[in-house]
Amino acid sequence: MISQAAAAPVATAPPLGAPRRRSSFNRYRLAPLILISGNVVLFALFFVWPGAIGFMYSFTDYRGIGDADFVGLENYRALFEDTAFFAAFTRTLFYAVMTVPLTYVLSLAVASLLVSKFTRGKGVARVIFFIPWLLSPIVTGVIWRWMFGENFGLVNFLIQSMGGSSVLWQSDANLSLMVVVLASAWGGMAFNMLLFIAAIKNVPTEYYEAAELDGANSWAKFRNITLPGIAPTSFLVILLSTLGAIKEFAMIQALNSGGPGTENNLLVQYIYRSGFQNGQVGYASAASMVLMAILLVIALAQLWVNKRRSANR
Amino acid sequence: MSSILRRKPTTRPIRKRASTRSSQDSLRGSKERTQAVAATALLWVLVAAFGFPVIWFVLSSVKPAGELFSYPLSLWPSRFDFSGYATAWQNYDFYQYFRNTMIVAVVTTVLTVFASACTGYALAKYSNPWLKVFFVCILATTMLPTEVILSPTFLVIRDLGLYNQLSALIIPSVITATGIFMFRQFFLTVPDSLVDAARIDGAGELGIFLRIMLPLSRPIIVTLAIFSFQWRWDDYIWPLIVLNDPRQFTLQIAIQSIVGAENVNWSVLLAASVISIVPLVLLYIVFQKYVMGADINAGLKE
Repeated sequence: MISQAAAAPVATAPPLGAPRRRSSFNRYRLAPLILISGNVVLFALFFVWPGAIGFMYSFTDYRGIGDADFVGLENYRALFEDTAFFAAFTRTLFYAVMTVPLTYVLSLAVASLLVSKFTRGKGVARVIFFIPWLLSPIVTGVIWRWMFGENFGLVNFLIQSMGGSSVLWQSDANLSLMVVVLASAWGGMAFNMLLFIAAIKNVPTEYYEAAELDGANSWAKFRNITLPGIAPTSFLVILLSTLGAIKEFAMIQALNSGGPGTENNLLVQYIYRSGFQNGQVGYASAASMVLMAILLVIALAQLWVNKRRSANR
Repeated sequence: MSSILRRKPTTRPIRKRASTRSSQDSLRGSKERTQAVAATALLWVLVAAFGFPVIWFVLSSVKPAGELFSYPLSLWPSRFDFSGYATAWQNYDFYQYFRNTMIVAVVTTVLTVFASACTGYALAKYSNPWLKVFFVCILATTMLPTEVILSPTFLVIRDLGLYNQLSALIIPSVITATGIFMFRQFFLTVPDSLVDAARIDGAGELGIFLRIMLPLSRPIIVTLAIFSFQWRWDDYIWPLIVLNDPRQFTLQIAIQSIVGAENVNWSVLLAASVISIVPLVLLYIVFQKYVMGADINAGLKE
């Protein structure tokens, strides 16, 4: 489109054509290159460079200083034999499998209630639901750590005052992960809620009116009109939540530091510990490559599922 | 409708008509009322569940330190005690961390908005093969989050001589795929005729961008600025790997360092955490409509 605009004066004024064309050609080439130059440099420095050396170091025994000796696939072999890595890997998947559906259901339920004509006090409710979004993952972790403290937390106090005995929210690995799941659903709800609200409002109202004439109840309308109508948003929410869960780090770090012990160490914590605390840069790079492969597989798998589903409809 | 009738004394015929109509619809009306009560109750149970942790957290932060752990716990503090705040701000150097975080967030945001606007405009309004390649590159960065290039990024920062400096937080964070996509989407909707008209008037390419296009994109500027500020304010993993000197700490790693201590000083921790959320709360109060109305569908989370 731009070359057409540039060509127009050339056609009307042939004598000026040649020099004019070259100058405008340069102008249209040069200006965008100047505009993107800043980001090109940053892209090269902070994506290409670390990506390339990360890939290279994953085949070496580099420890951050000294020489990096090529060791072939040794890091990857060690990685797959390392029970700690395997534990972190399965723990991460387990965490994702629990937190993604919970986040999805909660945000969709809240969004539906916030657009429903039956509910009162939507304005205030919306603001309150939004508050967790203003908290950083670290602060979210602090809040939930504070509520679920074993000897001082509010939750155990309430359980005890109702006659129960205190629950080991910190020293039992599974319960500890449960708290992390709750905290992540609590913290991640607002963003997905906003996506769902926008999506639900975009479903054409005629469908609901038609269904109402046919005597459909609320659940039938939700099941057969709303859910299919917001399918693309559902897909986006599930994709983003899954990727977020696999990359979970800051919140769990503040909530229980991957504890008790190392039982709730997730993948990123494992990479951080081997790379920074143990100084095994080569080995950590190999683990990072595995993490990237997992993220890629999830993204591609979900894209594929989405494509098939829309093709079948 | 019934409340209006009750409040205003009305003439007889109207009331009569209203009452006959409501008796006709009574079956449907009562069913709707049940649904309304149930839905509203569910909504407010959820509101309580979501709001309560924050209330408990904020009220705990103003309790006297001794009251934090003394059973029975009470929601309301016996007296408001801000000593945790004073200790965090002064003795734990949170004024310093606050300042560091503010510098990083503000400077990065200004640079991010400008760089993203430039790139987004170039990708939307010019066509040449290199731009297409770069667009694919930007897409690819979404597949390479910081978590994946943790240790290599540290090596790059070290080799660039940026280790332990706030600029190590600022410079790499300027590039963001989300910001670039937001501006590209926006500039695609601006008609090309506007650009052509300016060209005919003799405006230079960069002048068109700076004087016409940039001011036009104000809503995107504000939205991206809020998001960028929040990303940098809340960021934990990047400061963790490039900062080691406590004087350069940002709020998030300072808070985490209290959490990681052998004996957690909860009084200071809670106060420090509340301090850390104040700027974002203020920002969102001021710019509420930009965020709530923003088309975040296009935005990827960062």
